[in-house]
Parts: sequence; structure tokens; C-alpha cells
Amino acid sequence: MELNQLTIHELQEKIKNGETSAVKITESVFQRIDAVEERVHSYIRLLKDEALVAAAIADENIKKGQIKPLTGIPIALKDIVCTKGIPTTCGSHILHNFIPPYDATVVEKLRDAGAVFVGKANMDEFAMGSSTETSYFGPTRNPWDLERIPGGSSGGSATAVAADECIASIGSDTGGSIRQPAALCGVVGLKPTYGRVSRFGLIAFASSLDQIGPFTKDVEDCAIMMNVLAGFDTKESTSVQAEVPDYCQFIGRDIKGWKIGIPKEYFIEGIDPEVNAAIQKAIGVIEKCGGKCVEISLPHTQYCLAVYYIIAPAEASSNLARYDGVKCGFRTSDARDLLEMYKKTRMHGFGAEVKRRIMIGTYALSAGYYDAYYGKASQVRALIKKDFEEAWKKCDVILTPTTPTPAFKIGEKTDDPLQMYLSDIFTISTNLAGIPGISVPCGFTAAGLPMGVQFLAGHLEEGKLIQIASAYEKNAQIEKRRPKL
Amino acid sequence: MEFETVIGLEVHAQLLTDTKIFCGCSTKFGGAPNSHTCPVCLGLPGVLPVLNKKVVEFAMKMSLATNCVINKSCSFARKNYFYPDLPKGYQISQFAYPLSEHGYIFLDVDGAQKKIGLTRIHMEEDAGKLMHDEHNPVSYVDLNRAGVPLIEIVSEPDMRSPSEAADYLKRLHEILVYLEICDGNMEEGSFRCDANVSIRPMGQKEYGTRAELKNMNSFRNVQRALEYEIKRQQYLVECGGKVVQETRLWDDASGVSISMRSKEEAHDYRYFPDPDLVPILVDDAWVEKIRRELPELPLAKRERFIKDYQIPEYDAGVLTADKALSQYYEEVVKLCGKPKQASNWVMGDVLRFLNEDKRDIRKCPITAVALADMISLIEAGKISGKMAKDIIPDMYKTGLSPQKIIEEKGLVQITDEGELIKTLTAIIESNPGQVADYRGGKEKLFGFFVGQAMKATQGKANPQLVNDLLKKMLAG
Ligand SMILES: [Zn+2]
Repeated sequence: MELNQLTIHELQEKIKNGETSAVKITESVFQRIDAVEERVHSYIRLLKDEALVAAAIADENIKKGQIKPLTGIPIALKDIVCTKGIPTTCGSHILHNFIPPYDATVVEKLRDAGAVFVGKANMDEFAMGSSTETSYFGPTRNPWDLERIPGGSSGGSATAVAADECIASIGSDTGGSIRQPAALCGVVGLKPTYGRVSRFGLIAFASSLDQIGPFTKDVEDCAIMMNVLAGFDTKESTSVQAEVPDYCQFIGRDIKGWKIGIPKEYFIEGIDPEVNAAIQKAIGVIEKCGGKCVEISLPHTQYCLAVYYIIAPAEASSNLARYDGVKCGFRTSDARDLLEMYKKTRMHGFGAEVKRRIMIGTYALSAGYYDAYYGKASQVRALIKKDFEEAWKKCDVILTPTTPTPAFKIGEKTDDPLQMYLSDIFTISTNLAGIPGISVPCGFTAAGLPMGVQFLAGHLEEGKLIQIASAYEKNAQIEKRRPKL
Repeated sequence: MEFETVIGLEVHAQLLTDTKIFCGCSTKFGGAPNSHTCPVCLGLPGVLPVLNKKVVEFAMKMSLATNCVINKSCSFARKNYFYPDLPKGYQISQFAYPLSEHGYIFLDVDGAQKKIGLTRIHMEEDAGKLMHDEHNPVSYVDLNRAGVPLIEIVSEPDMRSPSEAADYLKRLHEILVYLEICDGNMEEGSFRCDANVSIRPMGQKEYGTRAELKNMNSFRNVQRALEYEIKRQQYLVECGGKVVQETRLWDDASGVSISMRSKEEAHDYRYFPDPDLVPILVDDAWVEKIRRELPELPLAKRERFIKDYQIPEYDAGVLTADKALSQYYEEVVKLCGKPKQASNWVMGDVLRFLNEDKRDIRKCPITAVALADMISLIEAGKISGKMAKDIIPDMYKTGLSPQKIIEEKGLVQITDEGELIKTLTAIIESNPGQVADYRGGKEKLFGFFVGQAMKATQGKANPQLVNDLLKKMLAG
């Protein structure tokens, strides 16, 4: 095995034992990038020079015995988290030249934990998409089949881990943008509870739904990353003030006696038969681990997509108003007055999907429509939250497919936004309810495409998710494959 | 036809917190452009607002001082519109759930108390400022003011004349300044006002169509603009026209208002709850804590002055109109113990000097101590009221104590009986004719002797003493 193929905990062992160095690990990651990046296109920007300097510093610290949780570990950052002095584009033309004068809180935390930043990962423009096809910098390809999409919006963060172009990565999840690409690329992806990980420095898409989380090669790495990322932040008003447990303690614990809720509304027509089969198999594994599966109902599931596609665009239409050509980012050079400057800057600065959502959101908030759309959606959102609160009375954890189908072909759904939106159908409710969810690989289709199983838990119960995901991972014995690139 | 005027006012008051409402930047006025900014108030991508609790407390003070009910829970909303001085493309304000509601204050209208309702008070952030290049088609944005905390105080349409409106504004202004939460500076924009004006035929219940007036940056302008607007609307209706709902801009220089935008062109602000901020929960304990911190308000102070200092209502009104002035007055009273005399000197000479110089009482060269000393000197008979009148301009000009000025000018009153008797004896001896006439019954001549005495002492003689002595000596 090459160094870049190993997990965080495996590399930590080697570092501690003096078997390898941060520089060697970083070099192996960049060798891999040199070999495959042209085909996969995980990154918008590589930070090779910075990474090698950071790795050399990590090695100094290692020599001094100062080893932190991520010392010398190459990490990719979705290009939605602000990095001081390093362009942060959000996958958009309108921010192609934006250099933040500050770090996102997660970037500070990762750096403090010793991480080495490999690059800024590709994404759907402003995280609006499920395929990473809307990026201004071109699409990312699924390493398991280069003709297919990697999922999105954090597609680059998922493929960078899946293709061993980094050891772990950071993504953001507004309606499934971590879990869906994790499932489609065969890696672990966690969306924490809303407020568990600071949003400061995360370029906002839909503020009440956005949450940062990790992509990793296994569940233990997910726990290690969460130990670094989670925690209260005074810079965010919606940050949760609660004790952060050591997530690693949940690794390897059994789930005997746990009740696993299987929501009947999630096993719908249109779910891919291979996905369905894999999920049924996963249910079997969980039962073998001592979990007891019970059917539950989340009665407002059918409204999730509609609610999401009102609330998220409404918030986005406001969040994206600041890209007006006045302060930073792209500004048209061809305008005679203010109005024309606004119009042309936004017309040329934003891509089609972003403009579609700004228009939907603007409409939903307009005078005379607010009550019927945003107002009603907020009410239904409260009912969706309540569905989960009721569910926790009957079960500890909920199990669902992460996605209805495996990765689809590039271009297959770009002309049909509604079809595209359906690929998030199992992940959206989590964001609306603000609860945590994890996607864990659960096997491959006959064509060799990865699939994922999703576990959901109550507020701040990431520990439970790590516990069941780790038990599942250990007992499912999913074949270890690497994409052939 | 006779018309009734209906006026409602929206006042924006900048709060005197040290830092902005959602970031740690300074709120100081007048820094170099964009020197008081950070990523948060610049609205850069990815940053988040964190509420300055002081803003809530200041707004609570105003709410309590105007009898508003403070809501147990309130929240922020986004007001969406594009303008270069608005860095996020939305203003964080309050909409459906304001901090407080249902308040009122009283005005003196024709000798009676009139209650003016306050619909609500809410918190919001200020926008920046645009600066236009006079020679090039370029504009610059200064965001120092962006994020400075404001409260908006919305009145009910309870005012019936421009003078009532002006009065209402003065009362609000007075309260804000008393609370020390706003400096009240209208020229610098710390206290701004928009007005909703309509007219209706006398006796009609329904409101007429209203026009919104903006850009009136002094009390005088508000009154002028309202008077103009009422005339304009009356003229329109009398000519068979109709008032249209619109926003009009007052132009002080030309003394007219011009239409800025019609109802159709009005913004749709697309208000919705700001997802970056959590609801503010205000419990009773917090309200009580703020209530305890409230200073004495103008109305209460006025009543206390009348009662404790036994001064006329008018004097009390003048002395409490400005908090600093009332403090100055009280200081003088405390030092000299003569409330009525203090009131006369403060309202007469001191205020006249200050008005002539357009100077603030806080910068008055005559300190409260100096004025109190002067009053005490009069009371002690060391100087006459006439002498005081003569030296007070010098005290104002030089800032020196009355003692110092008296000493420099050699003005100390002659209260030494022996010395005065010598002078008076000389006067009596050198005017035997007048003395004989006086003794013969021409009592009017007494003034002649006083005048001579004053002349001989260059006005320094204690008038009372001169009177007493002369009476005795002339009686023979
Ligand atoms: Zn600031």
C-alpha cells in the first residue's frame, strides 16, 4: 500500500513509530494527484508548495514529540471554506478572484491540529447541485467510472478521498452535499448536527441548513476528524454550546439492543433495485450485530423536497445578494450606470443553476407569495422536525439508503433540474430537522459503482452514528476495492 | 373645505454603543473612510453576525422610557434590497417580531396633555455612505457607518399638526439624550426622521392617502416640510386632484419636496427571519435590571424642579429641556442654595451667552462653581446685583472666578461702615442746601445723596448700607 492510500489512524501509527514522515506522506499524495487529477479533477486549486512547507514544519514537531491528532495528515478543503490569503471561489466565476483575509473556524482548527492542506476541492457552484457539474471550473468525475458524476455538491472533496488524492477532506452539506457524494464515491461522509461545527468562514448557501463535515476513508477517521471539527464558536450565533465527547470512544462498541428505525416512506418506487438489495443486506448486518429493526413512519417525508426547494433558494437569494460587483469578486467592465453594473455582473458572474435558485427564492419571498411559500414551508419544516422527535421515541437510530440510485452519467440530468433534485430525496430531511447523518459504503453494483447506507440520529448524537457505522463497517465486511484509474 | 392633518413619524436614532451591532468595530464618527470596518461589517463571503447585547439594553431603555411593552421574545429579519452602501444586499432589521410595542408619550397641546402612541421600537443596523466624485463619473463607498446600531421608533398616526410633530420629536430627542443612548446630533445623522402625512375632511374617520417624507435633518426642517406637504395635499384635493401614495424628498434649499418614488416603484423588501441570528429572549429579571438603571427622565425632573426648587413651570421646562443644562443648574443650586436666583442667572445671562455663541452648556466657560460663588457673593452683600451684571460677561469671556475678576478690577464692595461714614459726612458737609431741603420735607432728594455716594465710591459702596447710614445721618 502507498502512503496516500492509508487512513489517518494508520498514518498516525507510522508517524509515531518513525516509519514515515509528513513530507513523505504529502509527496505521495501529490504523486497521486500528478497521476490522476487530470482525469478526475477533484481540485480547483492545489497548494503543493504550501503543503510541503506545512509538512516540513509537521516533521519538526514530530521530531520534538509534538504530535497532534492530524499532524502531517494531508487534508483537502472544499473551496467553500475561506482560507486566509488563498483564493476561495465557491466554484463560481463571481468569486474567481476572491482572496479571503480570514480563515474559516474549521480551517483554524484543522491547522491547529497539525493538518497539511492539499488544495481547494471542486464543487457545484455555491454548493447548488448534486453532481459537481455546475462548477465554473468544470465537472469532477467519479473515480469509479469517469463517465459518471461523483455526486455533489462536495464532489471534489469526495473524489479526492476516493481517489487517494488526500487522506481526508472537508465538505459542506445543505441537503445531502456530503452524504450523497460519499455514497456515490464509496467513502464515509458525516453531516453533523446543525450548530455542532462552526459555520464561520463557510460561504453561505442556505444558512439554516448548511453544515460542515468530514469525508474519510473509514469510520474511525471520521471520529478523529470530528474530534477536531466539533465545538462551540463565539463567532457564530447558531453554534451549539454543548460538551464535545471524544468521538473515538464510540469506535468498536457494539450496538446490542439498539432499536433501528426503518422509515417506510423511504422505500419508495423508483429506488434502484441494486440499491434496495444493498440496503436490505445492510439491515441484515445490523440485526446480526444485535440491533433490532423496527418499521417507523416519518409521515411528512413526501413534503421534504418541496419544503427544501423553497427554504434553501429563499435563503440563498438573500445570501447571494452580496455578490454585486461592489466590494469583491467579479465585476463587469461594461456598464454605464449602477443598475447595469449589477445586472451584468450577476448575469455573467453566476451560472444557470445559481440564477435559477436565486429566482425561485426571490419569488418565494415576494410580497403576496411569502405566506403561501416561505411561511407554509417553515410550518411544514416544523412538522418534519416533529416527525423525527416522534421517531426517537421508538428507535435509537434510523437507517435509510443514502441515495435512490448509484452515480448517474455526466450530463444525464443537467437538462432536468427536477430529476437532479430527486437525487437528494433521502438526505434533505436531515438538514431540515437539523439532525446528524452519516453515509457509509455498503457495497458495489454489478457495474462496480459504490453505494451507501445512511444512519440518522437525534440532536448532537454523532457518537451514536459513529458507533453504529463502525459496528456496521466491521461486520459488513464490504470488499476493499480501489478505483482503477 | 376644512381638512384635518394626520401625521405619523418614524425616527431612526443611532445608539451610542462603543462597538457596532454585529461586530467589534468602533462606532466613532469621522474616521478615515473604511477604517472602522472588518469582514463582518464589510459583508464579505462566509462571515456571520454576532449580536452586541448592549444594543438590546439601550433599546430596552428607550422602550421603558416610552412606556412600551417589551416582548418576551423578538428576532431579527433581513430587509433585502440592492444599494452600494448596503454591503450584504440586505439590512439586518426587525420585522414581524420587534423588541417592544404599544408605548406612548405625552405632549403639552394647548395646555392639555395629549397622548401620542408608539407603535413599536425595533433594532437594526445602519448602512454605509456613498461619496460621489464631482469631476468623474465615479462613486466611493465608506462603510464606517455600516453596522452602527440604530433603533427605529414608529409612532401611531396621532399627530394633527406640524407643531405637534415637532413637539413629539423634541420629546423623543430629549428622552434619548437623557438616557445617554444617542447623542441626538441631527446634522451628523444620529437622529433622523421620516414622516407619513395625509389629510382628510374634518370629521371623516378613514385616513387619506399618505405620502412619506424623507430627508428632513432638523426640527425646523421637519416643521417646514410638513407644512409644505399639507398645503400641497390640500391644494391637490381642492383642485379636484388626488393624493397618490409615494415617497417624497424634502429639499431644504428650495423649500419644496420632490417625488422620489411611487407606490408602484416601491421596494419589495422580501423580509424573512435572519437564519444567522437566534431569537432574543428577554425575561423579567433583565427588564427589571434595565429599569433600575434608568436615569430620571425629563418629565419627572421637571416636576421635581417645580416642587423642590419652587421655580415656575416655565423655568423648569427650560432648565430640563437639556440634560446637561439641568445638571448644571442643580450643581449651582447645590453650591449656593438659592434655586430661584440660580434659575434667573442660568436662564438669563448664561443661556443668552451660550445661544449667542451657539455653544453647548457642557463647554460653558462659567463653571457651576463660579456661578454659585457669584450668587453667594451677592447674598453675602459682597457685591451688588448690578456689579454682578457687570462682571458676568467677564466671567464668560475669561472663565475666571468672580473673586478673581472682582479683585483684578478692584471691585470689592465697601462694607466698612467707618469708611462709608467718612465719605457720607463729606457729601453732607459739601451740600448744605440739599440737606436743608431734604430735612425740610423734600424726601425725593434722598436719591441725590445715594447717587453722590455711589459716585464717590465708584459704585463700590454696599447700597443697603449706604441707605441705612444716609437715613440716619440725614435725620440729623
Ligand atoms: Zn466590523
